[in-house]
Amino acid sequence: MVRLNDCDPGFKHQVAAEPGGEGIRMCFGCAACSARCPVGANRPEYDPRRIIRSTLLGRREEVLASPLIWLCSSCYSCSEVCPQGVRFTDVLTAIKNLAAREGHAPPSARVTAELLAKQGRLLEVTEFENDKRADLGLPPVEQRPSDFQAILGIEPEAGEGEGA
Amino acid sequence: MKALLFLGCTVPVRNLNYELSARQVCEALGVELVDDPELACCGYPLKGSDQAHALVIAARALAQARAHCLPLVALCSACAGTLAEAEHHLSHDPEAAAMVNQELEPLGLTYEPGVRVTHLVRYLISEVGLEAIKAKMTQSLEGFSFAPHYGCHYLKPAEVIGGLDDPENPQSLAQLIEATGATAVNHPRLKDCCGGGVLGADEELAGAMAGAKLAELNELGVTAMVMVCPFCNVMYEGQQKAIAKRMDLKLKVPVVYLTQLLGLGLGLSPDQVGLKLNRVKPKELIKAFKE
Repeated sequence: MVRLNDCDPGFKHQVAAEPGGEGIRMCFGCAACSARCPVGANRPEYDPRRIIRSTLLGRREEVLASPLIWLCSSCYSCSEVCPQGVRFTDVLTAIKNLAAREGHAPPSARVTAELLAKQGRLLEVTEFENDKRADLGLPPVEQRPSDFQAILGIEPEAGEGEGA
Repeated sequence: MKALLFLGCTVPVRNLNYELSARQVCEALGVELVDDPELACCGYPLKGSDQAHALVIAARALAQARAHCLPLVALCSACAGTLAEAEHHLSHDPEAAAMVNQELEPLGLTYEPGVRVTHLVRYLISEVGLEAIKAKMTQSLEGFSFAPHYGCHYLKPAEVIGGLDDPENPQSLAQLIEATGATAVNHPRLKDCCGGGVLGADEELAGAMAGAKLAELNELGVTAMVMVCPFCNVMYEGQQKAIAKRMDLKLKVPVVYLTQLLGLGLGLSPDQVGLKLNRVKPKELIKAFKE
């Protein structure tokens, strides 16, 4: 049961203030998003309209702490069929960003940022990769992480500044 | 014709068959690809948890690309989509552009609107043209049937990507397949999402999403599925064995990149387009074209 006294009426405004979150103001609850969602088709408890409704009601903790919000495949099917231009994919990105700031992001989010700061790319490039590339006549690729460290504000771990 | 190549993170490490065939096809079609070692991550992996920094990372790539005065073409649909969305967002929102530029200033970079971002396949269609591509074919793939996998970010969001394909009724990949003389197969799950976006969060869910399409194509019995994105490839080729095991099915759906097919049509050998590196190999195709 939802008790309105336990709800946070400011939550929807917080979501709408995030980039991409503003579309939530337009939702009239038709559930075209839910009908079209390929994740929901396989996992019925993941329901875009329900996430929007819970957000509008102000069920802040339930939404932000829910592991379900991390199941969006970002396929944009919902955005394409929405008659109101809600762009649910972007609304959910706004919600996930809020959740991450409150410590609800899955551990992989932190790992991703650390990999980018260390390598400047998601996958490591070593001599091994470049040898394979050279065998096929492909030019070498490099790791240039310094810009990523500056952008993300993550210092490289001691001893990892050179080589790698 | 000249374009700046955005290789991204996955292709140059895990999908050398895609990169190799893309470079070969471009050469054969008279497209010069320029490399810039500064171009690496597009920002996509961070977007879910930290879109502010993801946008700065995308803007960094756009600022670097702008200095080349060339269109930016990506092999990965997620890279192409993320960079195109960032360009769309920043060119329509001067406030966001100013914020991004504050972050880029210490790096000696400035974002300015005006970079044309596109996927390599869309670039080939719009710049070289379907008829010109068809005219360059020297080796017919007649008798083979392929299932194009458009994926999501190749088509959507249409307001950013749009113009070439209707996301409800995409044609471009089928047209390119048919340009080689082969048959493009239409089927109920043509437009399915691969599930790659949730692989990290829920492997079983991602596998169920890709598995439904694999099962359908397994029944249909196509020569191969045709990819234009390394993330989709992770699901359909990389995960195929695991998915088959989980679904208790005998799946054998060969997977190729579109550029590998185009390369064969342009007269290249299976080795030249890297078919040896495919994990679920299109054996009939290799057999038919081996030297």
